[in-house]
Amino acid sequence: MTDEWAQMGDLWAGITEAFRLLVTLDRDLVEITLRSLQVTLTALVIGSAIALPLAALLAVRRFRFRRGVIAVLNALMGLPPVVVGLVVYVLLSRSGPFGVLGLLFTPTAMIIAQVIIIVPLIASIAHQSLRDLWSEYHDLLISMNVTQGQKMRTLLWDARRALLTASLAGFGRAIGEVGAIMIVGGNIDHATRVLTTAIALETGKGDFALALGLGIILIGLAITVNLAIHWLSRTEQEGRW
Amino acid sequence: MRRLVFSVVLTLWGGIAAAQDMMRMAVTTSFQNSGLAGVLLPAIEADLGLEVQLVVVGTGQALKLGEAGDVDAILVHSRRAEETFVAGGFGRHRREIMYNDFVLIGPSADGAAVAAVQTAADALRKIEATQETFVSRGDDSGTHKKELALWRAAALEPESFGDWYKAVGAGMGAALNTASGLDAYILSDRASWLNFGNKGTLALLFSGDPVLFNQYAYLPVSQERHSHVKAVLASKLEGWLTSPRAAALINGYAINGERLFTFNATP
Amino acid sequence: MNLFPLTVRRAETSRRGKVLVGPIDLDLDGSGATVVMGPNGSGKTTLLRLLHGAARLTAGQITWACDEQYARTQQGFVFQRPVMLRRTVLDNLMYPLRMRGVVRTQAQIQAEEWALRVGLEKMLGRVATNLSGGEQQKLALARAMITEPQVLFLDEPTAALDGRATREVEAVLRAARASGMHLILSTHDLGQAKRLADEVVFILHGRVLEQGNARAFFDAPQSIQARAFLRGDIVE
Repeated sequence: MTDEWAQMGDLWAGITEAFRLLVTLDRDLVEITLRSLQVTLTALVIGSAIALPLAALLAVRRFRFRRGVIAVLNALMGLPPVVVGLVVYVLLSRSGPFGVLGLLFTPTAMIIAQVIIIVPLIASIAHQSLRDLWSEYHDLLISMNVTQGQKMRTLLWDARRALLTASLAGFGRAIGEVGAIMIVGGNIDHATRVLTTAIALETGKGDFALALGLGIILIGLAITVNLAIHWLSRTEQEGRW
Repeated sequence: MRRLVFSVVLTLWGGIAAAQDMMRMAVTTSFQNSGLAGVLLPAIEADLGLEVQLVVVGTGQALKLGEAGDVDAILVHSRRAEETFVAGGFGRHRREIMYNDFVLIGPSADGAAVAAVQTAADALRKIEATQETFVSRGDDSGTHKKELALWRAAALEPESFGDWYKAVGAGMGAALNTASGLDAYILSDRASWLNFGNKGTLALLFSGDPVLFNQYAYLPVSQERHSHVKAVLASKLEGWLTSPRAAALINGYAINGERLFTFNATP
Repeated sequence: MNLFPLTVRRAETSRRGKVLVGPIDLDLDGSGATVVMGPNGSGKTTLLRLLHGAARLTAGQITWACDEQYARTQQGFVFQRPVMLRRTVLDNLMYPLRMRGVVRTQAQIQAEEWALRVGLEKMLGRVATNLSGGEQQKLALARAMITEPQVLFLDEPTAALDGRATREVEAVLRAARASGMHLILSTHDLGQAKRLADEVVFILHGRVLEQGNARAFFDAPQSIQARAFLRGDIVE
């Protein structure tokens, strides 16, 4: 058997393994999958709650450091997760400034790291679409004499479909992230192990079939969540429009 | 619809484990990869009602976590670093638990002919002489430190090696994957090797030299620097790890009929 | 509280050192419809925006008879190209009311009533951006008037519309004027000015050349430029 065939064999074994895990509803798989969802969806909700209003503020307000903030956000989009992980680790470590909270190696620490990773991404993408909408709405909203907060809320609501895309980009980045949560979560079995860190672990053990199987499930999960959110937003629109 | 989403979210959050006695222990990748943890942790939970959360890292990072007080105990295998750790006041003491051994892995073809030699030093000299590709962990882990010590014992200086010596800066499993891909020689602990699933053409070529023995020691983190450290639980765990019950489980653990660890704690 | 009379003294707006409009002196007593006339590029839009407070005043004063905060709430503005919120017709109509804290059910009643007035009652559930140009402008008109402002600014409101839509918009405007709303409307359509104006402000190169009774202006314009403009000659 040639090397290529051996690699194909691994891929096939991965697909079979993914299928077996799903059909048997493997208990560990269910647990780490739910934890992946729990951590990432929480990070997504918190991250969006920070990033979207920030993006709206940057679109509506003209303040002194606005351009600077936008440039920094764009730069932070490419922030290596490992660096985020290290910084959060240093902050949350018992010897660090927030050590007393005892958050290191908990899902909360992983959520914090993911929020830091996705806020610049969501805010940047959201800001682009909000800026376009704002140039369209600017004169109208000025003439209606609405408050700054009302402007922001109007933009956020009317651009909600574009913002959904921004948030989903954040979700995609967070659910597939491994570098940061490995450091601050510790990949502890039954406590902080999620799909990505489990994949890293199984790859380390040379168990490519299981690692690939988990990878396939991760991809499936990401697709399912994307479809579910799109479906939810569509039913909402049909109800109102 | 909103209510449905809400209840799903609540269910997701409900997945958090229930509270009980819990402590964190930093262990090395090689210990985790051996699979022994899967035998010991449930027994500890059953006997002591204690949940031990393992943070799996290299020896260097494990000691660092102990120094920062981020774990309650560490279980590693790098004697000199451990003694420095205790001397620095970070650990209460060092307690030897068990040992396994390092093995020299390489391509079945064995271009350096290390299978025929008598000592580890001779084996390494042959690899250096033939310039066969060698993968080093290069991550400051216990295994990496052991490898460097072995080269020096053979009167060789890894710093001066050429391209054939590849320091990959990765954990045991990742390094083994690299060696498998390159058909290279590599020093591994026996447990990681036996559990490794991607052997390819690699084979165990040399083992048994007493200098390859790999002593694991348990170090409870000192409460003096970090008052939050769970010293009582760490002591409880130490008592268990040195008990006859642990001895039976450790000595009885085998992969493919091969025994991996030898219990050598003094009660 | 009454907004009028509106007094404009030496008002100017400039950008990068170039004066776009002004200096302007104007007195408006707030009865009927004031039509701002002038050729393209004479500064009609900028003048309207300046009076409305949407363009920055770089010199002079614009003084309403009441305090400025209150005056801001008593104005509506309809643009040449209607800006539609990406919402349904109903939500577009309710928007200004909701922003002023009117409860949803009350806002909906008023919105439906205004939709009926401008003939959009069958389109309440449609997305506003999908309407035709005439429908969008009628919606913009209703949305600007739903808060019942004392003064409504209209910047060439029918310039992009066909004849039928123009007639419908003008009907709505006549009804508004009859109900006591003051209209300040810019147009370069002479016919429309004659149909709607009670008073005319004629501007050229950013300055007011004539202000006065509409009939008097059309019958006997004072300036050479206004006479040329009314004859249909190109004025520059």
